Amino acid sequence: MNIALIVAVLIFCAMFLLVVSEKFEKQHVTLACGALMLIVVLGIIMRDMNAIIDVLNFKSILQGGFWIGEAPDSLGIDWATIIFLGGMMIMVEGMSEAGFFRWLCLRLAKAVNYRTIPIFIVFMLLAAVLSMFIDSITVIMFLAAVTVELSKILKFNPIPCILSEIFCANLGGSITMCGDPPNIIIGSKLHYSFSDFLLNTGLIAAICLVFVIIYFYFIYRNELRNSGKQVDASSIPDPSEAIKNKKDFLANAVIFALAIVLLTTNIMTHMSVAFIGAVIGLITCLVNFKKIGTILKRVDYKLLLFFVGLFIVVAGLEHTGAINEIVELIVQVSGGNIKMMVAIVIWVSAVASAFIDNIPFAATMVPIIKTLAAGDPAVQATLAWTLSIGTDVGGAATPIGASANVVGTAVANRNGYPIGWGKYCKGAVPATIMVVTISMIIIFIRYC
Amino acid sequence: MKNQILITIGREFGSAGHEIGECIAKKLGIGFYDRAMLYELASNLKIDEDIIEKYDERNRVPFLSRTVRNYSNSLEDMVFEFQKNYISEKADSGESFVLVGRCGELILKDRPGHISIFILGNKEEKIARIKEKYNLNTYDAYWEMVRSDRKRKIYHNSRCQGKWGDPRAYDMCINSSSFGVDNTVDLLVYYIKARLSNSQI
Repeated sequence: MNIALIVAVLIFCAMFLLVVSEKFEKQHVTLACGALMLIVVLGIIMRDMNAIIDVLNFKSILQGGFWIGEAPDSLGIDWATIIFLGGMMIMVEGMSEAGFFRWLCLRLAKAVNYRTIPIFIVFMLLAAVLSMFIDSITVIMFLAAVTVELSKILKFNPIPCILSEIFCANLGGSITMCGDPPNIIIGSKLHYSFSDFLLNTGLIAAICLVFVIIYFYFIYRNELRNSGKQVDASSIPDPSEAIKNKKDFLANAVIFALAIVLLTTNIMTHMSVAFIGAVIGLITCLVNFKKIGTILKRVDYKLLLFFVGLFIVVAGLEHTGAINEIVELIVQVSGGNIKMMVAIVIWVSAVASAFIDNIPFAATMVPIIKTLAAGDPAVQATLAWTLSIGTDVGGAATPIGASANVVGTAVANRNGYPIGWGKYCKGAVPATIMVVTISMIIIFIRYC
Repeated sequence: MKNQILITIGREFGSAGHEIGECIAKKLGIGFYDRAMLYELASNLKIDEDIIEKYDERNRVPFLSRTVRNYSNSLEDMVFEFQKNYISEKADSGESFVLVGRCGELILKDRPGHISIFILGNKEEKIARIKEKYNLNTYDAYWEMVRSDRKRKIYHNSRCQGKWGDPRAYDMCINSSSFGVDNTVDLLVYYIKARLSNSQI
């Protein structure tokens, strides 16, 4: 093993441990480790200036395909992912400011006459559908808050609802390319479109969603049936109260619809996700010009910077050949058998994502599956969908696996409904095992 | 009492800090809050008392919880936040009180009527007090003191800016073994009244 490879692996491991330990802000960790990777590994040890330029990847932004057409193949910071995420974050903040999410939750609760079991099922579906297009953190932030609010009025225990919503948000995130950060990384790095995800992971997740709803209904039905009670509907906040300004509400709802249209048609329009993100972000800023300060302040810049550092570290690993070592190990264990590779990727991804942040894990796995596929597009696609399902669903198994789980359980805790590991995992671990198994079987049947 | 007084007491285990705080509250005719607030909290929030007690004055266990956009799913943080809100509400209402432990100096810092006190003691006196209070032998009392102080120090230092027991982090540090409990109470009451009359709070 050469010295560059050893140092790169050490930096990578240190980054992973520091991110998980939360001793420092995670964007500081990835940026510092990224700087070390650039200066020490690529600059001092490898003395490869071209590698540094490749990793920073600024030139990709100036290429035509970056915005419209065939996306350039890049090894380094994926600026398309960063711009897309930034644009979508601005859109989501605009929608939140206009009261869209709260209105939607209250409207659906009203549509089912505030009955506990229908609310439980409708909110699971809502979590899955919204997470297809916007980040699951925002979905759960609003959904869990409204669930707690309704539970206090309707006198039911919100914990089963919140746990089911979290799981469905994670599963819903796997349906599309923009549903979950790992998918954005997979799609952007391996050049898959929104429709590719919809037709592949989307189909798998839709089948699993049916099983998940039935599963959660059966494990929580008694608790919900015995706790809810009919109350005077006038004591429940009216959905219209959530709308602060009708004009802003409509404008932001139209922007959301436009984003969905642009994403679902990008295979025909050849607009890249970077272009869609930039356009949507820009329109949101123009429409909400008076509130632009508030909206931009709420954008999660820390996550964007975290991504920048992460991409540098993973690209450094690729340059030193560390990824090839992992690939060789997987090939040895699987004996080159695609079914075995699928089983390894899905279960390793699921178990790892249950305990560590699935974003760095997916970023590391993308070059691995690219190398494993050895230029075979069918194998690459199979492994990409496997990785997507494994990381997205695996993250739902524990309270720390995905950001939505943290936010959902934190909202419950803050409102006096503590959710510990035992309570969380009792429902989520069997559901995760069920979904991963079903997904693996579907992948075997359809692709292997 | 015209001006609001918010006294926070940090203390070493066995230094009689709790007892001293209670006496100060009685002498000044103000409220007294300690661990007992947990039961009121549990009842208000309809949470199992055992859960609140289990995670009270504890630090989050690394790798078992995470924070995303200021949302922490640690139950230790949850109990801390409940106590913080409870204490802040009491202070916002204008009530004067003595608060023992619970990182009070962090929660009430920058409030005009806040005085922070740390009570320490000599090892021998502390062990003797622990032996008597908890009916322990010398060996067990010593280790109970070491364990409790270590727990308090770690909890305090992980949440507050100033270090636990560092004189620079408090308005006053006093050794209860040197003065005795009664004299310490009198001295602290005198100090608090002097601060009040000087309108420094």
